[in-house]
Amino acid sequence: MLSTENKKEIGIFCIVTGLLMLIPMLNAWGPETGTLAVSSFQVSLWGKYLTYAILAMSLNLLWGYTGLLCLCQSLFFALGAYMMGMYLMLMIGDRGAYGSMLPDFMVFLGYQDLPIHWKPFYSFWFTAGAVMWVPGLVALIFGFLAFRSRIKGVYFSILTQALTYACCLLFFRNDFTFGGNNGFTDFKDILGHSLNDPSTTRWLYISSVLLLLATYLITSGLLASKFGKVQQAIRDSENRVLFSGYSTTSFKLVIFGLSAMIAGAAGALYVPQVGGINPSAMEAAKSLEVVVWVAVGGRGTKWGPVIGAILVNLLKSFTTQAFPDYWLIIMGGLFVFVVLMMPDGIVGVYKQAKNKIAQKRSLQTEATV
Amino acid sequence: MLLSSAILEARSARVILSDLILAEEETQAALLEELAESGDQVIAEIYEAWRSGGVYTLSDDSGTRLLLFNEAQEWTLVATGEVVSLSEAEASAVEKERASRAVRKLMKSIVDTLGLKSVDERVRIDAALKLGLSQKPEYIEPLKARLETEPSKNVLKSIREALAISLLVNGEGDEVFGAVKELTSMKSIAARGFLEKLIRAEEKAGRLGSEVVAASSNALLVIEEHINMLEFFGSFFRGFSTGSVLLIVSFGLAITFGLMGIINMAHGEFVAIGGYVTFMVQTFFINTWGLSSSAFGWYFVVSLPLSFLVAAGIGLLLEKSIIRFLYRRPLESLLCTWGISMIMQQCFRLIFGAANVQVNNPTWLMGSLNFGGFNMSYTRLFIMFIALVVVIMTWLLLRKTNLGLHIRAVMQNRGMASSLGIPVARVNSMTFALGCGLAALGGSVLSQIGNVGPLMGQAYIVDSFMVVVIGSVGNLLGAGLSAMGIGLVDQLLQPSLGPVMGKITVFFVIILFLQWRPGGLFPSRSRSLDD
Repeated sequence: MLSTENKKEIGIFCIVTGLLMLIPMLNAWGPETGTLAVSSFQVSLWGKYLTYAILAMSLNLLWGYTGLLCLCQSLFFALGAYMMGMYLMLMIGDRGAYGSMLPDFMVFLGYQDLPIHWKPFYSFWFTAGAVMWVPGLVALIFGFLAFRSRIKGVYFSILTQALTYACCLLFFRNDFTFGGNNGFTDFKDILGHSLNDPSTTRWLYISSVLLLLATYLITSGLLASKFGKVQQAIRDSENRVLFSGYSTTSFKLVIFGLSAMIAGAAGALYVPQVGGINPSAMEAAKSLEVVVWVAVGGRGTKWGPVIGAILVNLLKSFTTQAFPDYWLIIMGGLFVFVVLMMPDGIVGVYKQAKNKIAQKRSLQTEATV
Repeated sequence: MLLSSAILEARSARVILSDLILAEEETQAALLEELAESGDQVIAEIYEAWRSGGVYTLSDDSGTRLLLFNEAQEWTLVATGEVVSLSEAEASAVEKERASRAVRKLMKSIVDTLGLKSVDERVRIDAALKLGLSQKPEYIEPLKARLETEPSKNVLKSIREALAISLLVNGEGDEVFGAVKELTSMKSIAARGFLEKLIRAEEKAGRLGSEVVAASSNALLVIEEHINMLEFFGSFFRGFSTGSVLLIVSFGLAITFGLMGIINMAHGEFVAIGGYVTFMVQTFFINTWGLSSSAFGWYFVVSLPLSFLVAAGIGLLLEKSIIRFLYRRPLESLLCTWGISMIMQQCFRLIFGAANVQVNNPTWLMGSLNFGGFNMSYTRLFIMFIALVVVIMTWLLLRKTNLGLHIRAVMQNRGMASSLGIPVARVNSMTFALGCGLAALGGSVLSQIGNVGPLMGQAYIVDSFMVVVIGSVGNLLGAGLSAMGIGLVDQLLQPSLGPVMGKITVFFVIILFLQWRPGGLFPSRSRSLDD
């Protein structure tokens, strides 16, 4: 038997899926003009928002449920994006500006041959694996070093931020064979389908929806399991978990790796929909932006990060056009406001209000008694 | 003519030149000799005009006047330098003056060696080296002559170096060998290229095994070693000065982060406030007194305490309005202050523009201290001095004042301090303001060696956090040591790895260091469990 809680959750899941799938359906079969018309540009724009939402969910797994405020989520995202970018660059073939089989920036920098670590990326399936395991491996190595020496709380945040900073500097270098500060761009096609084709855009969007739903299922599955219970216990009091005989290091390591893999996969779907990637995507500020999404939506809630990521990005698109000078001020102000006034984010507002009313009522009843 | 020679001493170079140009050929020699004694730079200017036909005579009722027609289309009296206006009739009556070939030749050597007689030591040194490096035989005599009369040790050294370099080519027999020996003992860096040239020339002449070649090769080795040593010391010096900036910036952070548990991501923006206050004070001084006035040099002295006060005031406001709600929530304080940092950054852009603003060094910070061929710029020395002052003042504040006692008590146990009657809220505000003020002090100092722009603090914020983590949170001695350590390692790695790889390496060294000492340099010993 399913409990009412579970029924409600399945209901919400179905509604969200339905709503998300409306966009590509309207794009394919909807009218050409009018309020219901959805252009391919909008499909890829929403596809981008969805990859952001997945990124936010991956951070929520760490910050919301394990208490690790990780400031290198954008690094994992960008690593996944770069892996996919390598594949897409190789798929351009000799259609680049220089007509060479090498990517344009390599011709420009005077390379004769493809560097050896680029060669496997001719295969799509190798790439599909690499977008997950490369960020995962980075997370495991860094996480092992950090968790082993009991770096936690704020120190963990600062070190992850420094890691992002260091990697960002590295990717800005021309001789790192990843295109320097221009990064990758001018992609032509993926798996033989042109990226300009509306059906490719739709499929990329649908893949993003699927990844989002999969991430949701993984999160729920984890939370319901014993693993998830330990995970949340670490958030609430790590020392007690440690003293109860659990190796918190390995629990945190698994979550960190998993979250990095999800972020990497999201990055891989981001690149073809946006059409480029450069090192500014892994700047430390970007990681903090992800934290904003999660905080605004509601940290430690299942749908909060998705809502936060989409709402903040809609707001960003609007304000950067309407008031370009004030976007940062609005964003900063929003952040201060959310942290001070809405610790549970948008999702928590209802509960917060309900608690307040209940508190008032109990006070009133006390007064009448 | 002879009579006047007694009062010649007092005559200015302008007057002598004026006489020279008007004099008959037979008296010119004496005047030239007299002119050679003067070191006035104006000689070069007037001679250049004379040579190229810019000097005119005007004969009228009051006698013959000598005029200079300069680039600004003005007539100037050669003898006094005063600007005169000529009527149209006068302007058409002027006659061009030309220097004779013999005078030109003598004048040229006077003008070329003019720098040697300048009152400014720096100019004399530069002039001597320039004459030596040209390796022209005609300059050997003036250099040797100057060697007799030169009072300053530094200049003497340069003259000897210049002479030796010149003799490498112009010397005869033993003179060359002596010059090489002299250059070896001086470890002259400037002579490197000339010694190599000498060796090549000797080889061409088939004297491969000669004494001179052996001595030159030896000299090159000695000089090379000297350069390596200078570079090494240079890295050390730069490391200390980088470390000093880092120290001033991260001391503020160590106070807010270590002592209060607040992670101030807006710390970098307080650094920028310091830079901008310095810029504003400078603009005020320029507008009021002008760039070249002596008052301008004082702007930096004014801006240092002012930037501290302004930032401390803003920090106080911030603490009262926002930060005080976050003392129990360190992670939230990180997010909240980051929001504040974005707002501040954008405000800088809106007020001062997105581009960097220009901050000039005051003249007393220009130049450098030369120490055995090793230059230490005054700016960097001054930064080290400020860092030292900051360390001492902070130490005194924390150890010797009432406020310091309160700060330490609150830091150790907030609840206990409060119940013992310490005004915790006020202590918190003061501590936060102090941290922000120190950040701005760092920014003010930084304006002398780096750019002032909306993002100037961002470059330091990651490094400063590293400093605090390495030096153990809440430990100012640790913060000081780790700032110096990170600055040194950074600068020692940079020559071989480049700035970016150097920074990345430093970061990985830090991660590995934390494996060895997770609590930093001086972990606090406590039985309480932070959870």
